[in-house]
Amino acid sequence: MSSHHESILREPLITGKNITYTKITDDVLWPVENKPNRAWWIGFIVAAMGACLWLFAVSYTFWNGIGAWGLNKTVGWAWDITGFVWWVGIGHAGTLISAVLLLFRQNWRNSINRSAEAMTIFAVICAATYVVSHMGRPWLAYWPLPLPNQFGSLWVNFNSPLVWDVFAISTYFSVSLVFWYVGLLPDIAAIRDRATGLRKRIYSILSFGWNGSVKTWQRFETVSLVLAGVATPLVLSVHTIVSMDFATSLEPGWHTTIFPPYFVAGAIFSGFAMVQTLLLVTRKVLGLENYITMFHIESMNKIIVLTGSIVGVAYLSEFFIAWYSGVEVEQYTFIHRFTGPYWWAGCMMYGCNVLMPQLFWFKSIRTNIAISWCLSIVVNIGMWFERFVIIVLSLNRDYLPSSWAMFYPTWVDISVFIGSIGVFFTLFLLFIRVLPSVAMAEVRLLVKTSSEQSKKKLIAEGRIKSEEAEYYVESLEKFDSVEQADYVKI
Amino acid sequence: MSNIKYILGLFEDPDDMMHGIDKLQENNISIYDVFTPMPIHGIDAKLGVKKSRLGIVAFICGITGTFTAFGMIYFMMVQDWPMNVGGKPNFAIPDFIPITFELTVLFCAFGMVGAFFFRNHLFPGRTPRVMELRATADRFVIAIDANKGFDSEKVDSLLKEAGAIEIKHNDRKYLSYE
Repeated sequence: MSSHHESILREPLITGKNITYTKITDDVLWPVENKPNRAWWIGFIVAAMGACLWLFAVSYTFWNGIGAWGLNKTVGWAWDITGFVWWVGIGHAGTLISAVLLLFRQNWRNSINRSAEAMTIFAVICAATYVVSHMGRPWLAYWPLPLPNQFGSLWVNFNSPLVWDVFAISTYFSVSLVFWYVGLLPDIAAIRDRATGLRKRIYSILSFGWNGSVKTWQRFETVSLVLAGVATPLVLSVHTIVSMDFATSLEPGWHTTIFPPYFVAGAIFSGFAMVQTLLLVTRKVLGLENYITMFHIESMNKIIVLTGSIVGVAYLSEFFIAWYSGVEVEQYTFIHRFTGPYWWAGCMMYGCNVLMPQLFWFKSIRTNIAISWCLSIVVNIGMWFERFVIIVLSLNRDYLPSSWAMFYPTWVDISVFIGSIGVFFTLFLLFIRVLPSVAMAEVRLLVKTSSEQSKKKLIAEGRIKSEEAEYYVESLEKFDSVEQADYVKI
Repeated sequence: MSNIKYILGLFEDPDDMMHGIDKLQENNISIYDVFTPMPIHGIDAKLGVKKSRLGIVAFICGITGTFTAFGMIYFMMVQDWPMNVGGKPNFAIPDFIPITFELTVLFCAFGMVGAFFFRNHLFPGRTPRVMELRATADRFVIAIDANKGFDSEKVDSLLKEAGAIEIKHNDRKYLSYE
């Protein structure tokens, strides 16, 4: 099986010369087995400062209550739920890459799934911290659990989407964690078997005693496939249920049936943007250009333009239905996104999410690393504004004009948000230092089938039709890690 | 010679290793186990390893989750403390679906992974039963039990012929106890 060659017309998934199983292990474990460089320390210190800010701001919130935030009687949900939905959405791309692309046998997922899944877990942690801190009385956080009457309330109301959300997010987090960790076992074992002393002991405990025997691998493959099978509907259900927190209310701008698919598409859209933001930097800093290639970058940009356009269609249908419904309040909510006092937030939302990603129709932009990175940041900003617009702009001017009010964030709101980004990056930077950021076992599968060197060898041996070889060499032009000149002499 | 417990053939290339398995099997030499740094498809059929039944475990755990969740919600919302919410029915099946689905997935995932860990004796702190340290990084290893009475020289030559780059005669089963 491993000698099966992929079609020459497909672009390679691993580039570089002399890629052996040994070299893959050395390359991927380099940041784990060596002292971190200056770039890592700078990033880590900045991120850790953010995390400290988060700690301070959340402690301040717990001490003083959520009155420390800028909420008022009209706008009772603002940056907290915006931040929550933003983070949960970001998490979705990791599961999409690891589960959905596994079911579709997309081998390019092999080199990005590990870090994307780690991103999922850290993003859901950030989202969960918002849930706890917006409760006001976090020591009563166990109230949404189905506990009996003696605890002071009835059973929880299972008709409420907020209760569904508790189950959805906690299931999503725990299943993602299990999926990620099972995949990590063979790679942790690889670190263990190369280490000595205390490191060996620590990684030995973490590796659960993995040894790579036939039966272990066979069961591992079954587990991966079934987990992917259940994680796929799970990830779709999670953002569906998040959207129902809004859609089952009677609030204008929230009470729409398009919310579930619209939120899921938006989640994948923002998640891929965050994967792009992280990986473009990671591949450079960790020197993983041969494993996370231009093909991966371009593929992710294609998904961004696709999901961004789906989100655009959802926006259009929202406008149409608001007009078509004939409901005055609903119509006002959508007009007010451009004409009200928050017109700039509306412009950020529609501009960053629908217009800017359309640039990815151009191949030169899709394959330009600097522009791709900037656009991924733009999408992240746009998706934050989407949630802000949906939440605050619906609440601040709804049915009763006498109750209309503006929302102004306090320094606590801002610190909790910036701090949560710090928490996320602290966790991510620790992850790339202590665990392999590329799934080595899965990348090894690609060496013989779809690496650049194996394809080059086939061409050199003259086993490929010349026009097909020519097409293939032409497709290599965009790769920053390939020397096309090497093919001239063949 | 009698001290040798296991003969290990180390391969650099998975295809050579598959070839080595064929060679050994042609000569009726039984293989103890094979250790690889990545999953190799078709190897389980070759070695006669039975198909994994974890899929069935997953289904049973999942369906347990379905009934647990639905039963729990039914008990709480319909039996134990029915609430009158604007005269709407207490037994509101559509409202029960999301949590029923979530718990199905949760039970399925944890039950299956738990069964996987249990059957393969994987748990934190377990001493790794490793015969060759490079088998998790870049070597594909065939292990042959030397006490089965095979001619060790023949085994060596067969492995060499198939393309093994190194052959080890280990006088202890696992390296990890050193």
